[in-house]
Amino acid sequence: MLRLPEIHFEKRLKPPRWLGPAMPPIAVLAALIIGGLILWASGRDPIDIYQRMVRVSFTNPGALSATLVAATPLVLTGLAAAITFRMKVWNIGADGQLMIGAVFASAAGIALDEQGLAVSMTVMIIAGMVGGGLWAAIPALLRVYLNTSEVLTTLMLNYIAPLILFYLIFSTTSYWRDLTTEGARVFPRGKTILEGAFWPEYGGGVVVPFGFILGIVLAVLLTVVVRSTRFGFQMRVSADSPTAGRYAGIRTARLLVLVMVLSGAVAGIAGASQIGDFSHRLEPKILQFAVFGYTGIAVAALVRYHPLGVVVSAILVGALSNAGLALQGPELPLGLIGVNQGLILLLVAASEVSARYKVVVGRRPRTGHGAQQAGGDLDGGPAEEPASGGVS
Amino acid sequence: MTAAGAPTRDQDRHTVSARGVTKAFPGVVANDGVDFDADRGEVHALLGENGSGKTTLCKILTGLYRPDAGQVLVGGDTVAFRSPADAYEAGIFMVHQHFSLVSSMTVAENVVLGWHRDKGRVFNRRQVEEEVARAAERFDMHIDPRAIISRLSVGERQRVEILKALYRGARTLILDEPTSVLTPQEAEQLFVSLRRMAAEGESVVFISHKLDEVTALCDRVTVLRHGRVSGSADLRTSRVDARGLARMMVGRDIAFSRRSRVDALGDSEPALELRDVSAVEAHGTLALHEVTLSVRPGEILGVAGVSGNGQVALAEVIAGLRKRTAGDVTLQGKPLPSGNPRAAADRGLAYVPEDRLGTGLAPGLTVADNCVLKAYRQRELGRGPFLSRIRILARTRRLLKAFDVRGTAESLVRQLSGGNAQKVLLAREISSEPQVLVVATPTRGLDVSAMESIRSILLEAAAGGAAILMISEDLAEILDLADRIAVISRGRIQGVLEADGADPTQVGVLMMGGSLEDTGVAAP
Ligand SMILES: Nc1ncnc2c1ncn2[C@@H]1O[C@H](COP(=O)(O)OP(=O)(O)OP(=O)(O)O)[C@@H](O)[C@H]1O
Ligand SMILES: [Mg+2]
Repeated sequence: MLRLPEIHFEKRLKPPRWLGPAMPPIAVLAALIIGGLILWASGRDPIDIYQRMVRVSFTNPGALSATLVAATPLVLTGLAAAITFRMKVWNIGADGQLMIGAVFASAAGIALDEQGLAVSMTVMIIAGMVGGGLWAAIPALLRVYLNTSEVLTTLMLNYIAPLILFYLIFSTTSYWRDLTTEGARVFPRGKTILEGAFWPEYGGGVVVPFGFILGIVLAVLLTVVVRSTRFGFQMRVSADSPTAGRYAGIRTARLLVLVMVLSGAVAGIAGASQIGDFSHRLEPKILQFAVFGYTGIAVAALVRYHPLGVVVSAILVGALSNAGLALQGPELPLGLIGVNQGLILLLVAASEVSARYKVVVGRRPRTGHGAQQAGGDLDGGPAEEPASGGVS
Repeated sequence: MTAAGAPTRDQDRHTVSARGVTKAFPGVVANDGVDFDADRGEVHALLGENGSGKTTLCKILTGLYRPDAGQVLVGGDTVAFRSPADAYEAGIFMVHQHFSLVSSMTVAENVVLGWHRDKGRVFNRRQVEEEVARAAERFDMHIDPRAIISRLSVGERQRVEILKALYRGARTLILDEPTSVLTPQEAEQLFVSLRRMAAEGESVVFISHKLDEVTALCDRVTVLRHGRVSGSADLRTSRVDARGLARMMVGRDIAFSRRSRVDALGDSEPALELRDVSAVEAHGTLALHEVTLSVRPGEILGVAGVSGNGQVALAEVIAGLRKRTAGDVTLQGKPLPSGNPRAAADRGLAYVPEDRLGTGLAPGLTVADNCVLKAYRQRELGRGPFLSRIRILARTRRLLKAFDVRGTAESLVRQLSGGNAQKVLLAREISSEPQVLVVATPTRGLDVSAMESIRSILLEAAAGGAAILMISEDLAEILDLADRIAVISRGRIQGVLEADGADPTQVGVLMMGGSLEDTGVAAP
């Protein structure tokens, strides 16, 4: 009789300390190998494709610039996700918060006069933070006062935000809409912000958007806040045990609202950066189809919500999507590259589980010879089935 | 008195043995070449100070940890358990302090849950219920197989855990501090069941810090000290009493300090006062009913009662963790807002909750973080919005030293032994020099010497002017330490007695819900 091998998840006795940080890179490597096999099976040369991927993403200035441009919004939305997810508050709404941040930042950009770059940038960033923060405050307050799940409310707000954007540009003659030319009146588009308020780029040859630098600064800042401030202490305690937090006198409801608003504000900066760094005007379609917010969640999850890690994983994910766009063509459909991207995310997510559990297949004899081999935790050899047979 | 080595025994009588078992954690060797035998038909006590490695040894015997060196033998054969499931299969089962029951399911469902014996067969509720009832009867455990877990008391839940083990064919049952959560009556019942098991040829390993229980229940004892076996004795052949056991554990005699009944409290204003305070449970039933109490500076008021009679609600209402539905609480003469833990703490209230790891400590954070769990707002611990690691560590080291905690500032609280986690909590709360201290079951889970040092620390705090509300199920402890005793039953205060000359049977009547008139003694 055919018997399928039994598969069990066995909790690791003691997850080795190095395993946690080592897992994401291992998972990425594994994904590249599996993806390579798929490419190979579909009759393509994986080595060649990977080489080209590296080339179009990293090894020439133009490619690296494109990667950093793609990574810029992801660093920021990744940080937005990391802030709340660390605390087991599930803000899925970075997408909407980014859009509202963009609305506010572009309004500021339009309203600005020749104030000088520093001032106009500051104003735009603050406007973006206010927009994103307000949008995030809605689900936070709903949760605190009405005990609604922030997963649902943030998600629903993600559907509302683009409607607002489309309304502002396509359905009204709003402040944001460009009505100066005949063409713009027929094909609606956003008002362009003052040229003097375009955000600068850095680096010779390689373009480093200002938003990307902002992302790095924020990542460092957040790390410091969580590790060494009183506010961060409250975050760490509440993350570990909300009951202990309440016991310690932490105003947990207030903390929750603060953290959500902070997260929304960071997503709002991503929106401001879209305006200031790239599009220079409100572009509803681009923002809606980019799904920066959702990708940010994946970016943060890749590194277990560690702020500094977010910078690295945003570059990786940015490079992948950039490579996808650059390589697609008749002989390499975008879907195949999407498979690779999906594999990486899937395997990293799975690695989270395998750091705590090991997978055992089949059964093994109950008595062994001594326990000398104990200690090694990767010896996930065959193990047993919890129990069977007729005890009565 | 104490036999240096165990008498020689026939190999095949052993159910479970450890030979030279060694297990190290970062910075500490929890087990160091431990030899241990649990014979058939005996109740074997495992004793030792907090952090001496008892729980670790049991976790090795049940496959939760793997030893760094040494072997586990079952019936003389070396085994290499990879998981608790392997240990079940070999008939070894451990009842942890935190039960693993599904609270929305019935007793019978929990007993068979996840058990593969009947794999492929349909769950026959009737049959399982009958089997469970039969097993319960056989071991003198009164339990209804159809009862829903969430309705059961802690003692009953423990019985379900034991039944689960027996139903699954356990031959060796390991109980880690089982009586710390039981009332004396429940403990008595447990002992009857355990003796019955031993009489039927099974073996029981019993961990406890209550030495009287050990002398009453156990056949043999093995004492661990700093991870090594430091002594053993056969209680059937030698007459070792609780004092002797204490000496084996800590190497000296322990005399418990008691309240000296000379100091008069005078007529000072109460530091803590409750007037007609009522509160409800989360699901709406009444938890406290019109409780009126007061504690003066320098006084220890003991709250005696069977656990589950409103003690948790009482403590939480005072600490601000639970809103009161009626009545007033005054702290230091000023009314205390309802449901505001920070206000209570800022007014000099310290609180040691019964639920240590769930409420009083953040188990996933370090000992250092936990030592400043409430104090993180104090100016001297940092500058502006920043906390100073150096100052936090300095304070932590001081607390660890003063309370003799075995563990480093950097270890996670969840990695501490049960008693040491408890000490961290006590150290933090008591050292905050509170004006009012609410402390629940202060010495639960502590070894004899730690128990004594906490008792004297509580007495010192009272002598220094703190008002202490001490909730405990241990009547002896209350009688030793408290100035007055308030007896709580079903959320009501049945009466308040002077501890001097209080009669334990009288307190017992009150605990069961009787009134002072029933006891035939006039109220003081
Ligand atoms: N998972 C772990 N990680 C690190 N250290 C541990 C871990 N488990 C136990 N220890 C350490 O091993 C030592 C022995 O702990 P163990 O829990 O066995 O003590 P115990 O005898 O059960 O004490 P208690 O009476 O307080 O429960 C302690 O110093 C403890 O801090
Ligand atoms: Mg223990």
